[in-house]
Amino acid sequence: MTAETAERRPQAKRPLFRRRSAIPGFGLTMGVTLTVLSLIVLIPLSAVVLKAAQQSPAEFWSVATSERALAAYRLTFGAAFIAALVNGVFGVLTAWALVRYDFPGKTVVNALVDLPFALPTAVAGIALATLYAPTGWIGQFLAPLGIQAAYNPVGVTIALIFIGLPFVVRTIEPVLRDAAEDVEEAAASLGASRFDTIVRVVLPALAPAWLTGFALAFARGVGEYGSVIFIAGNMPYKSEIAPLLIIIQLEQFEYARAATIAVVMLAVSFTMLLIINAIQAWSRRFA
Amino acid sequence: MSRVIAARHRRATDDPRWAKVLVIGSVMAFLALVLILPLVAVFAEAFRKGIGAALEAVGNPDALAAVKLTLITAAIAVPFNAVFGLCASWAIAKHDFWGKSFLITLIDLPFSVSPVVAGLIYVLVFGLQGWMGEWLLDNDLKIIFAVPGIVLATIFVTFPFVARELIPLMQEQGTSEEEAAVSMGASGLYTFWRVTAPNVRWGLLYGVLLCNARAMGEFGAVSVVSGHIRGLTNTMPLHVEILYNEYEFVGAFAVAALLCLLAVVTLVLKTALEVAQPDVRAGRGGH
Repeated sequence: MTAETAERRPQAKRPLFRRRSAIPGFGLTMGVTLTVLSLIVLIPLSAVVLKAAQQSPAEFWSVATSERALAAYRLTFGAAFIAALVNGVFGVLTAWALVRYDFPGKTVVNALVDLPFALPTAVAGIALATLYAPTGWIGQFLAPLGIQAAYNPVGVTIALIFIGLPFVVRTIEPVLRDAAEDVEEAAASLGASRFDTIVRVVLPALAPAWLTGFALAFARGVGEYGSVIFIAGNMPYKSEIAPLLIIIQLEQFEYARAATIAVVMLAVSFTMLLIINAIQAWSRRFA
Repeated sequence: MSRVIAARHRRATDDPRWAKVLVIGSVMAFLALVLILPLVAVFAEAFRKGIGAALEAVGNPDALAAVKLTLITAAIAVPFNAVFGLCASWAIAKHDFWGKSFLITLIDLPFSVSPVVAGLIYVLVFGLQGWMGEWLLDNDLKIIFAVPGIVLATIFVTFPFVARELIPLMQEQGTSEEEAAVSMGASGLYTFWRVTAPNVRWGLLYGVLLCNARAMGEFGAVSVVSGHIRGLTNTMPLHVEILYNEYEFVGAFAVAALLCLLAVVTLVLKTALEVAQPDVRAGRGGH
């Protein structure tokens, strides 16, 4: 009887949500973490949902699916998708070159890949707009070919390619580095050509990382504002991205409308986040 | 002997020479087009009318006020997020509790929210029409279209940087050293200061570096809450935007060139850290 209670006791005292640890400071640091997280992130984010919910469902729906908003979503998601695809191709090549090859200037290339993380988006925006304008360094060669690269959806895509590149490279790089080369050796020794080995052995193993990088680049592109607005032209129905639409509604003091578009974008972001987590959980099963 | 064999036979994981040249060549061409050209364009445009004109634009009182506000904002936001990151990583990496991965997802949330939405949420809370609008007006406090709003928006967009750097690093290092210190009678603070802090200092520096670059360069979120009052609520990226939209290209690109220098210094320091302390990269994913 006494032995039984003695056995039970530590279990009864153990808090439900936490295993006991010898290291102190859990209460303090967890308290700070939750307080700051709530005040800075969670409560303000809930404001946008509550603001949008002040409208009737019919109102919400008509604002969320107005012609102008639909055009903005099409442009934003379409450009982000194409940009992520382009980065998907060159991101793999860049990661491959960085991991597998030695070449002069490799350290510089490696550092440069992170430029879009370090360079303020507005700076990237005015630089790209200047380059691709019809009189710019690149635009002047495209103009005679009848290609207009700035102030239209093409410009939006170019800006999103710049922004998204590091996501694909930095997601694939560590996976490629950890990939066991003996699998490739095995394929080669069984008679597969180098091309077959890469297409059937290497690339399938990279697929989860590639998808994660693609999704990260896409998600970043959907929300991007600073680098895009200078090169986009910002014509309603044609080259107006969804984040800009939020700002326009805000400038007209249409707070509920701004919140509505924001909620749509948040829903997309969270879906992307769930997809990314699912891909990573799925890839861990094969790791 | 083995060298002779190595010279004659390619290893199975080596690619043919033409493939290497093709991959490295296309990667270099792509990166030059997408990353280097915009960087060069910024400096070329800034010095178009000579170094004097560029320096004059940077020495302009409004530009100096923008530089000052950017430095103040980063000086508040970066230490704030560093302290938060240390608290969060201590609670998460050194203790076991229920819902840990959900908490990490919540901390990462600001990365998947569009910067424009990040600005919008603070307008909805602190703006004139917002939750606290009337109370702030009665007490003569200004957050939106003032410096506190800019600092808050900056804290939001840079929120996860330090935490996501430290959490994987501390998790990898485990808890045995701290447990040893505590069991020998060290207090929690002493353990943190003498055991944990030296182990994570380079990771902390790495996170702070990335956090600072984003804090100084943030455009979208700050643009929404700033009100663009020249000399008062203009950060450097916002100043670039105003000058660019007024066709003051030399001025816009001169301030942009300063921000480019910040980006280049960040990349150089980051690369130096990665070379000297390879661990710091351990926990880095796509951001």
